[in-house]
Amino acid sequence: MAETTAQRGTSTPGGDPAAAPRRAAAPRPRLERSRRDRVIGGVAAGIGQHLGLPPLTVRIAFVALSLAAGFGIVVYGLLWLLAPQEALAPDAAAAPRSRMLAVRPTPRQAFGGALIVAGILLLLLASGFWFDQSIAWPVSLAAIGFAVLWARSGEEGRGRWSLDAVMTGQTSLPRVAIGSVLIVVAMGVVLGNNYSLAAAGPMLLAAAVAIGGLGLLVGPWAWNVGRELIEERSQRVRTEARAEMAAHLHDSVLQTLALIQRAPESREMASLARTQERELRAWLYGRAPSLPGTRMRDAIDAMAGRVEREQHVNVEAVVVGDAEIDEHVQALVAAVGEATLNAAKHSGQTEVSVFVEVEADAISAFVRDHGAGFDPAAVASDRRGIADSIIGRLAAHGGTAEVHSKPGDGTEVVLRLPRKAA
Amino acid sequence: MTAAMRVRVFVVDDHELFRSGVRSGLGTSCEIVGDAGSVDEAVAGVLAAAPDVVLLDVHMPAGGGRAVIEGVRAGGGTTTRFLALSVSDAAEDVIGLIRAGARGYVTKSISAKDLAAAVRRIHDGDVVFSPRLAGFVLDAFAGAATQPLDPEMDLLTAREREALRYIARGYTYKEVAVELHISVKTVETHVSAVLRKLQLSNRHELTRWASERQLI
Repeated sequence: MAETTAQRGTSTPGGDPAAAPRRAAAPRPRLERSRRDRVIGGVAAGIGQHLGLPPLTVRIAFVALSLAAGFGIVVYGLLWLLAPQEALAPDAAAAPRSRMLAVRPTPRQAFGGALIVAGILLLLLASGFWFDQSIAWPVSLAAIGFAVLWARSGEEGRGRWSLDAVMTGQTSLPRVAIGSVLIVVAMGVVLGNNYSLAAAGPMLLAAAVAIGGLGLLVGPWAWNVGRELIEERSQRVRTEARAEMAAHLHDSVLQTLALIQRAPESREMASLARTQERELRAWLYGRAPSLPGTRMRDAIDAMAGRVEREQHVNVEAVVVGDAEIDEHVQALVAAVGEATLNAAKHSGQTEVSVFVEVEADAISAFVRDHGAGFDPAAVASDRRGIADSIIGRLAAHGGTAEVHSKPGDGTEVVLRLPRKAA
Repeated sequence: MTAAMRVRVFVVDDHELFRSGVRSGLGTSCEIVGDAGSVDEAVAGVLAAAPDVVLLDVHMPAGGGRAVIEGVRAGGGTTTRFLALSVSDAAEDVIGLIRAGARGYVTKSISAKDLAAAVRRIHDGDVVFSPRLAGFVLDAFAGAATQPLDPEMDLLTAREREALRYIARGYTYKEVAVELHISVKTVETHVSAVLRKLQLSNRHELTRWASERQLI
């Protein structure tokens, strides 16, 4: 808070007349519950951000409002329920595991929350704002039961105590049982206490209690199921549309491209068709699109497509396993590309086979052609390409490269890159 | 080559153009005894013509190549062998067809000469492993099986794995034999054993692939 005031103190008399209007024109941040700064649900910090107030001020206001017949508590509860949670920072989204841990309240937060609740209750009790004991206890019981049900592993999974979650151990069975029992007992106590006095409408009261209890039990779950259903439906619509398009393109374009490749008239035409077919197929039947340049398999496919396009040859690239691209894998892919290009240029054949296998301790790559071949010992100095761009490049990353070739018997370049113990 | 020696081939593909393309490409080395453009037509045609080898498109309306194999088998066509042809290289398509009973897999961009050789090999009772199929199999059998119920079926031997690696690298059977210092016949035995495992194994990856997506 002191920090915030200090900032204001310097900026306002700072003398830039345009600063204030500009700040006012800037869009107000959306009202979201804060992830990082929170005592209970992050509501106060969220409001603070929204209104441009320090969170502590908001918290004090909430406590003060709570003294007025618990008004603040109700408002806080409503906001907690209705305000969306702040979006994850990108780096946090990349690590869902740690996110789950991060949203769990720290012992200090939990203790602070309990203290605040206890203090408020005592204040209410002392100032006479207190309910009939026959209401207070069941309500407390129901509240605790509700809290037990909701407090799963974290915010993200709140309310997800479906049967499925119980089965998969995401929600413990005892927890669900304890929560349910507490709520049911609370309902029973309310009914028992009020049975005699509620002469006006015992049935009405019973119904209200039952509905309320049921709402507490099922509400969060129903809320979540509804949201998941909507998400699922839109997901399914997308998948179906894609499958339909795949079927259609498959029957038309892919077949045509395959046919063009069978026609022997033009080599360029055939390689163009092959490239298009490769790209379209990768899009239709490929794995979920990965970020460009993150998976080795995609990089090898892209390399093969490039050589096919430029050299008018057929590159049969087979990849077993996959790996993240780092600088070492990058070097291997580049070396494989160089070897493939060499084979395409010098073998005199139209077929080049590329095989890359990712194993636990190493990545092996083989580039093979059935072409003219050459005597590696007799390579002229003007063909330093292999030595520099393949062997040298890999050696810099701890890898090895060998060239097996005999005149008339084709050529195979064997590349090997050890992987760090993963 | 006399007519009696020529392999009798039946072409199943829902694209007229492709069928005529295969017809003209294989015409000299094989005898095309019929073709069909739909699953029902294909089942009836294959049962009537009793060809040696059926070239089978993976994707077709009403069940695809798998439905054709199942229909022919159900109708008593037990001697006919199937070679799968596809423009799509999705692993689940290929594995699914092999598990249904196809003896090999090639892509439609294969040259007429290679296609003729593949047909002859299928006719001779061998299996046709394209580099791509070898890659799929290595992927599917990579690492230890999650639960090798039947180690005989769920794991590849070291020798089979070696042979597959060479095939994936673009080696012909003959070249594989030279590299491994074994006979071509032994190479064929190895890949046949792999095909059998591919068809009969209960490995999770294989069953998943075979059932993951309905063949279009």
